[in-house]
Amino acid sequence: MGILLDEQSRILVQGITGREGSFHARACKAYGTQVVAGVTPGRGGQLFDDAVPVFDSVGDAVDATRANVALIFVPPPFAADAIAESVDAGVPLIACITEGIPVQDMVGVYRYVKASGVRLIGPNCPGMINPGARCKVGIMPGNIHMPGRVGVVSRSGTLTYEAVGQLTDLGIGQSSCVGIGGDPIIGSSFVDILNLYNDDPNTDMVVFIGEIGGTMEQEAAEYIGSSEFTKPICSLIVGATAPSGKRMGHAGAIITGESATAESKTRALEAAGAVIIPTPADIGVTAQQTLRGAGLL
Amino acid sequence: MKLHEHQAKTIFAEYGIPIPNGKVASTPAEAAEAISSFGGRGVVKAQVHAGGRGLAGGVKVVGSAEEGREFTDGLLGSRLVTHQTDASGVPVDTVLVEELADIASEMYVALTMDRNHRGPVLIASAAGGMSIEEVAATNPDAIITEAVEPTLGLMPFQCRRVAARLGMSGATARQGADILSRLYRIFTENDCSLVEVNPLIVTGEGEVVALDAKMDVEDDALFRHSNLHALRDRSQEDQLEARAADDDIAYVSLDGSVGCLVNGAGLAMATLDVANAAGAAPANFLDVGGGATEEKVATAVGIILSDPKVSQVLVNIFGGILRCDVAARGIVMAYEEHRATQPMVVRMLGTNLEEGKEILAHSGLDVTFTDTLTEAAAALSARAGAQG
Repeated sequence: MGILLDEQSRILVQGITGREGSFHARACKAYGTQVVAGVTPGRGGQLFDDAVPVFDSVGDAVDATRANVALIFVPPPFAADAIAESVDAGVPLIACITEGIPVQDMVGVYRYVKASGVRLIGPNCPGMINPGARCKVGIMPGNIHMPGRVGVVSRSGTLTYEAVGQLTDLGIGQSSCVGIGGDPIIGSSFVDILNLYNDDPNTDMVVFIGEIGGTMEQEAAEYIGSSEFTKPICSLIVGATAPSGKRMGHAGAIITGESATAESKTRALEAAGAVIIPTPADIGVTAQQTLRGAGLL
Repeated sequence: MKLHEHQAKTIFAEYGIPIPNGKVASTPAEAAEAISSFGGRGVVKAQVHAGGRGLAGGVKVVGSAEEGREFTDGLLGSRLVTHQTDASGVPVDTVLVEELADIASEMYVALTMDRNHRGPVLIASAAGGMSIEEVAATNPDAIITEAVEPTLGLMPFQCRRVAARLGMSGATARQGADILSRLYRIFTENDCSLVEVNPLIVTGEGEVVALDAKMDVEDDALFRHSNLHALRDRSQEDQLEARAADDDIAYVSLDGSVGCLVNGAGLAMATLDVANAAGAAPANFLDVGGGATEEKVATAVGIILSDPKVSQVLVNIFGGILRCDVAARGIVMAYEEHRATQPMVVRMLGTNLEEGKEILAHSGLDVTFTDTLTEAAAALSARAGAQG
């Protein structure tokens, strides 16, 4: 099981003929993901790697292949259009990897996505993976993952891999891993993903990794502290050493006031009952102790 | 990308927003001439990318051309240190000389992107001249906020409401509301992350004028504003940060001595936290990106090594797309080019790891390999201890 993806997930890749798109479409396929279609306007009728049909539009791809997940690698100036096209074609789950989409483009697309009831992961994210279902919709290295019962959610790419690597090294498998993205306006929040883990019978515990900027971690803390959320959770906030007012790589990682700091977020999570991971080197061991403490290991 | 006040004011004028008569001067003589043309009185304002100029001595009302010349002479070529800059400040290369305004009241207005609203907001306050942070701290009720529904834009009723709450009435209120909707057009049509006017004034005759102007344009949207590219003033930016940005490397200068090379923003933040917890303060944040080439890694390491504070280097590469051998070659290339000898703690994982280690091990450089973040922290700590 796990969240978002399963054996029935059929992936279409927007931008499959580009450098990034082709590289990662291949890697997803090699992992076991059903990549059923590619979309590149003007390239309809071609076959990608002699196996995956390429279409001119998302609508054509969905009609022909019953694809139900879109994975987007389209360059920033065209990415908002690509997201909207998948929403329009009725694709219920979209992951947009593209980094550098103008914020004003996302302002409009965000409202369109929400009004349509579609789930968007990202943009500026590594995507998502369900190791048990051998389904990878994103750019994460598949080989570090291991099927299991811990859910991982983070804003970042490589830091998620770091967390997963530490878990797998200790023999702790993952039900699913989701990177929600480092931009200020993203399709799914921490609360959205925590909610899915809370309802997933195959997730025993969650590893939650936040960062400086915005107040999404405080909203997550409120949810974690409520009676609704019932699972053990370990959390880490990175960016304690970041200076105020400077963008730390991610467009959204910027301290603009007290609530955006790592200290403030960590305090909120601690108060909500989350187990605090002391440093980024301790993700695996803290998860292990927490699982043991809860009698889950 | 930040714009200078005089650049933003030129755009304001194009959008029909009243601004004071002004002239840009890059010599004391030009400033004196401008003051003379305004009848021997005016205000001289340092053009720098930082707020808090007034308190820092970068703005002065002068009563004669000679006074304008002297003040400008002191400013040009100097570096202005304000509460928004670091201790070395920002260079003053030009000043804006303006006619004095007849100020009856001062207000604050700004447009920015609000993350919780996921769209633009208009923020205003009748306490002009004060920083909005100060107003928020001392009198939060005085802050007026209008969330903009982006599909509608900032509506006329919202502009009227804000003008009224700012205390305007009659023709002044009509003009104020009109200026707000023009500011919103500037904000959206130029992909700004911030448009700020502090103060927006009402003159003795009831005229509304933008006495100051601040515009930040979103870097990710610059590709569709070729007219704004020429307005970039690199001298105002941190030189290493600007060089990194040219090569699409995210770099932020910090105070410590450990140079950090990492791929991925989240992992880079995490790496700084680990170094700091180990008692080895980082000299920089650096995300070299996912698909980096040998040359790009070399550029990144070159930037790290150009910082005289750097006494050791921490490499943390989680090689997925970025292969470890590519990273290793790039590192060696930069060290050779800079004839650098600073010791390195290297933690690499992923594709072509053994080849990467081999390259570094045979480079003749002082390299400590570690497999985990914990070991990397211990290695840094040991060295920081040894250096005392």
